[in-house]
Amino acid sequence: MQRLLGPLLVTPALLVILVLFALPLAASVIGAFEVDGAAGLGNFTKAYRLYTQDIVFTALIVGLSALLVGLLSVAIGGYLTLGENPRAVALLRWLYRWPMFIPFIVVGQVLRTFLAKSGLFNTTLISLGLLDPMSATSYLDWRGIVAAFVWKQTPFVALMVSGAMASLDRSTIEAARNLGASRLRILVEIVVPQVTTTLLVGLVLSFVTMMSVLSVPLMINAQTPTMITADIAFRLNTYRDYGVANALGLISLAITGSVAWFYLRVNMRQAQ
Amino acid sequence: MTALSSASVSPRTVDLLWWLPRAAGLGLLAFLIFGPLANMLIWTVAERWYFPHALPIDYGFSYWGRVFAPRGNAVQSLVASISIALLTVVGSLALAVPAGYALARLKLPMRGVILLAFLVPQAFPNLPVYVNIARLFYEIGLNGTVTGVVLVHVTHGLVYAVWIATAAFAAVDRDLELAARNLGASALRAFADVTVPLAAPGLMASAIFVFLESLDEFTGSYFVGAPDVLTLPLLLYSAGAGGNYQVASITALLLLVPSIAFMLVVEKFLRADVLAKVGQ
Repeated sequence: MQRLLGPLLVTPALLVILVLFALPLAASVIGAFEVDGAAGLGNFTKAYRLYTQDIVFTALIVGLSALLVGLLSVAIGGYLTLGENPRAVALLRWLYRWPMFIPFIVVGQVLRTFLAKSGLFNTTLISLGLLDPMSATSYLDWRGIVAAFVWKQTPFVALMVSGAMASLDRSTIEAARNLGASRLRILVEIVVPQVTTTLLVGLVLSFVTMMSVLSVPLMINAQTPTMITADIAFRLNTYRDYGVANALGLISLAITGSVAWFYLRVNMRQAQ
Repeated sequence: MTALSSASVSPRTVDLLWWLPRAAGLGLLAFLIFGPLANMLIWTVAERWYFPHALPIDYGFSYWGRVFAPRGNAVQSLVASISIALLTVVGSLALAVPAGYALARLKLPMRGVILLAFLVPQAFPNLPVYVNIARLFYEIGLNGTVTGVVLVHVTHGLVYAVWIATAAFAAVDRDLELAARNLGASALRAFADVTVPLAAPGLMASAIFVFLESLDEFTGSYFVGAPDVLTLPLLLYSAGAGGNYQVASITALLLLVPSIAFMLVVEKFLRADVLAKVGQ
């Protein structure tokens, strides 16, 4: 009885994951290879013919966003760890976290107004004299999507990275500082190499999140080229075309899978 | 020239000079973080605003009246969103409290694998999954129902619920339970009177997490709920797609308030000792 109690208590929750996650995932893989009730690659050739541009666009946008998130997180974490002005450090610590808990759908809306032609971004630049009113344009294309992703994901990765940096052994940092190394050099040569694993975990999690967000591309830029998620929604709403939607889903799984594989390989090499 | 800059500039002056880039950097960051939020707040009270005006031409609350009109969609979707989120919390905790207790305290084969299984829904792009859930629900008549949306949200929220509940139970001192048992309490009594009250702040945190995740969830509701079940995120999307920035911004503000409030109080509920045990 005692030995059965544990598995018994976990089973209902596991069943929910099985029925409402694992089975639909399997159905999406099977459905991708199903054309008019027979097995075939028709969905993939159609997806390739119609959406190659969007697939490349998605990979580039998410890759660029992840790169920017990584750079900003290291900069924020680095300043929080190595900054010498306590007031500036406290201010930054208070400041950078704000977007983290803001839902994606709200991020899409606030950045759509901010980056529009008449948004606060342009009007501030104009009133500072940095931008000519006649040449003001909207940023609601790939730049808007990247901005929304970076805005929302940086705090999360920066939180992980700065946590890892805070738990580092300070003595090597102090030693390098005493020998006259600049803070930038300490960050690049001593701090970052020791938090690579945390940084990569954060970036892989961010990458997966960005690959599956539907609201941001729908709200900021749903014209061509757009992201795979918006294409999937369009395929279903307009044509009820489950085959091509599932093929596109599998392609986005493959992109995520290759990133996860890359991460695991780097991790294995470090462990050796 | 070089002699001047290296000899006559004292460390104190150098420190003062650093103020400029530091203030500029923090100012830029503050603008990039609060600028979009300010833009949204202005839209909620703008009556008329178009290019090239830097600020609205007329201010007013007429859109608030329209949003909260008795027959307006907003009140209806606010009620729908909150009821779905509450049902999701009940469902998730009913599954996560027993599972979390078992993962924290009882003998389980393959404990690590089970803990990981709850993470899997977060580790895959979930759009293909929602697409096929919608297809399945369509066949069994759950599409466009509150039950269907709640089931999707429960699956999505289960990782937070199970992981935080496990950490909360693991942080409870086992000796206190044993003391209660020694004094003659039954296993169930010790669980109800000792373990649950001690784990309550952590369970509360997981409930809030699940509540917010459900309140903000867009993709699953879009495929499974729309257009019959209209949650706040769906209303925000359709108002924005229709070009009504005022209604979209007011809805965004409604969604924003609980999230920001949670950010400000999260450290009270999630104590460091519980947080350190998440995922272990």
